[in-house]
Amino acid sequence: MSPSTSGPAGRAAAGGGAAEALLEASHLVQEFVVRDYGGVKGGVVHAVSDVSLRIWPGETLGIVGETGSGKSTLARSLLQAPPPKSGAVIFQGQDLVGLRRRELLDTRRHLQMVFQDPFGSLDPTWRVADIIEEPLTAYRIGDRAARRRRVREVLDLVGLDPAQYGRRRPRELSGGQAQRVAIARAVALSPALIICDEAVSSLDVLIQAQVLNLFERLRGELGLSYLFIAHDLALVKQVSDRVAVMYLGKLCEAGPAESIYQAPLHPYTRALLDSIPSPDPEAARKPAGAAIRGEPPSPIHPPSGCRFRTRCPRAQDRCAAEEPLMRELGGGQSVACHFPLSRPAQPAAQVAGQTERS
Amino acid sequence: MSTGSGPGAGHGGIGGSTALLDVRDLSVRFQRRGREALAVNSVTFTVQPRQTLAIVGESGSGKTVSCRAVMGLLPPAAQVTGSARFQGRELIGLSDADIRQHCGRDVAMVFQDPARSLNPTMRVGTQVTEAIRAHQPVSRRDARDRAIELMSLVRIPLPDRRFADYPHQFSGGMRQRLMIAIALACHPRLLIADEATTSLDVTTQAQIMDLLLDLQAQLGMALILISHDLGLAAAYTDDVIVMYAGGIVEQAPTRQLFSHVRMPYTQALLEAVPQLDRPAHSPLPVIGGRPPDPGAPLAGCPFAPRCPRARERCREDAPPLAEQEPGHYWACWFPCQDGGPG
Repeated sequence: MSPSTSGPAGRAAAGGGAAEALLEASHLVQEFVVRDYGGVKGGVVHAVSDVSLRIWPGETLGIVGETGSGKSTLARSLLQAPPPKSGAVIFQGQDLVGLRRRELLDTRRHLQMVFQDPFGSLDPTWRVADIIEEPLTAYRIGDRAARRRRVREVLDLVGLDPAQYGRRRPRELSGGQAQRVAIARAVALSPALIICDEAVSSLDVLIQAQVLNLFERLRGELGLSYLFIAHDLALVKQVSDRVAVMYLGKLCEAGPAESIYQAPLHPYTRALLDSIPSPDPEAARKPAGAAIRGEPPSPIHPPSGCRFRTRCPRAQDRCAAEEPLMRELGGGQSVACHFPLSRPAQPAAQVAGQTERS
Repeated sequence: MSTGSGPGAGHGGIGGSTALLDVRDLSVRFQRRGREALAVNSVTFTVQPRQTLAIVGESGSGKTVSCRAVMGLLPPAAQVTGSARFQGRELIGLSDADIRQHCGRDVAMVFQDPARSLNPTMRVGTQVTEAIRAHQPVSRRDARDRAIELMSLVRIPLPDRRFADYPHQFSGGMRQRLMIAIALACHPRLLIADEATTSLDVTTQAQIMDLLLDLQAQLGMALILISHDLGLAAAYTDDVIVMYAGGIVEQAPTRQLFSHVRMPYTQALLEAVPQLDRPAHSPLPVIGGRPPDPGAPLAGCPFAPRCPRARERCREDAPPLAEQEPGHYWACWFPCQDGGPG
């Protein structure tokens, strides 16, 4: 990915104007060494390879990818947990990479995370009110009375009655309620950006819809930005302004949510969309074999050139020889593919109009 | 739905006599902290040979417990009442030794988490072979040949080379293929897939579903797909059963169900799923509340406290599950009309 087409926000120069990105990651690389018996270096997992992205204030960027695509590693690299191997993460004008622990703690106050399993991220022996108060205490915000007030406020905000739920312990909560507590803890410090890593994936659909609506409401009320990571495309589309699709450590397509779903440019995005079973009875059952074949290659030995080429129906010799760079094909939609799918002949003005940042 | 007049002959059989599996008034109770919890409440359904049936519902709706009751896989503390006949033979109340004659042979099950269902310290080939030899008197060599055959049937590449590999050397999708190979070891007549693709990626899920349907056609099996995913049910099955709070609330042929939803609960489930054709940031229609406590069943309809259409009658009188349109069963006094919850 060249600097001129810096990821999903390649149109920054055109659309951004004077505005400054809330978070800008450039050329992030994260690798892990796997060791064989006896500590011998067995190989390097290329978990995140040269990923660049921007998140604007008040915007939700969705990241879609399958297991092992590196989306969670990407999120953790942004948080510096652990810091990336190389690249920069500019958050609110400050590069987080290489910050000292204390400085990093100060910025993390504005950068919170909600994980998939709420019970795994809430201490089972603590009461709900204490769980939410902990970050406030850690950052020495207000006196005890003020912190207690804030706890009640955020519990109200996420739709849990403070009097009823404040004294409960996590095991006395349902999955949806526990996730609400995790969200309350994340918003208690009034962060600017919340990274949601599969935050609703373990919930039943009815509860999931409630929590998704809660995320949307908080976005409006608190002016939050989200980085919303999930494997479910429909779910990501529901909450995102822009969507980036990840495959084997690289972004393969990025752009406005609507255009990506209506006119995907990357064959992998197309394959993902085709794999979703639709509850529409009129939609014909997909013919067998519509799905992409084979298994994702090992991130220890990613394919040369385009990483999707081993499973791509459109792959040609060039795909193995030359790595496709992210390039914008109009309407804010970028793709890393030598032979992108053609767009349907839809009025370009309409697509461009949707991408205009409000 | 406490009456025995639920769907039994809905698929053309007379009184379910041609049914492969005929479940009648199946209830499962658990004793929990001195209280009795009703996990499955008088469920009646049939599975015909070669039929693909989806059982959908949220966590705790009883979809898994009812199938496990049929398989005899519940802990001894569970009290199972009612009847489940497989090819005419009663399964409920059989001794462990007798139920083994059926489970794994006539009826096989594939679970959600293939990593936990496989023994990590045992070569996968041995695990497939073991499943074959558990029910069939074949020599080791024949079992090995059959295992390799099964592994190629579920499209594991290079099965003779992978025979000696361990589960951790397989991806999630490949492990699920192995589980299917083990389930198919004794030519089951009925395969129950309990959230078998839930932990897999969408592209892998599509591969596994294509595989399951191919195998079903090839081997002439019936398939029960237990899932929380309505999209999966719509795309791959002939008939759908919707469960809520331990009971069946709606049942119909798949196309009929999804184009003419009657039960408000099914409607709520359908609307709450994010769809690709919904505009981004549009609020999802939600219903509040939670399913009733299985330890304290309600007098009326179990969905009434959360139902937007509930009236006085719903809270006092539980609607029975009845065939109200040809092939379409629902348990609701005030069903939805076509064209949304009007």
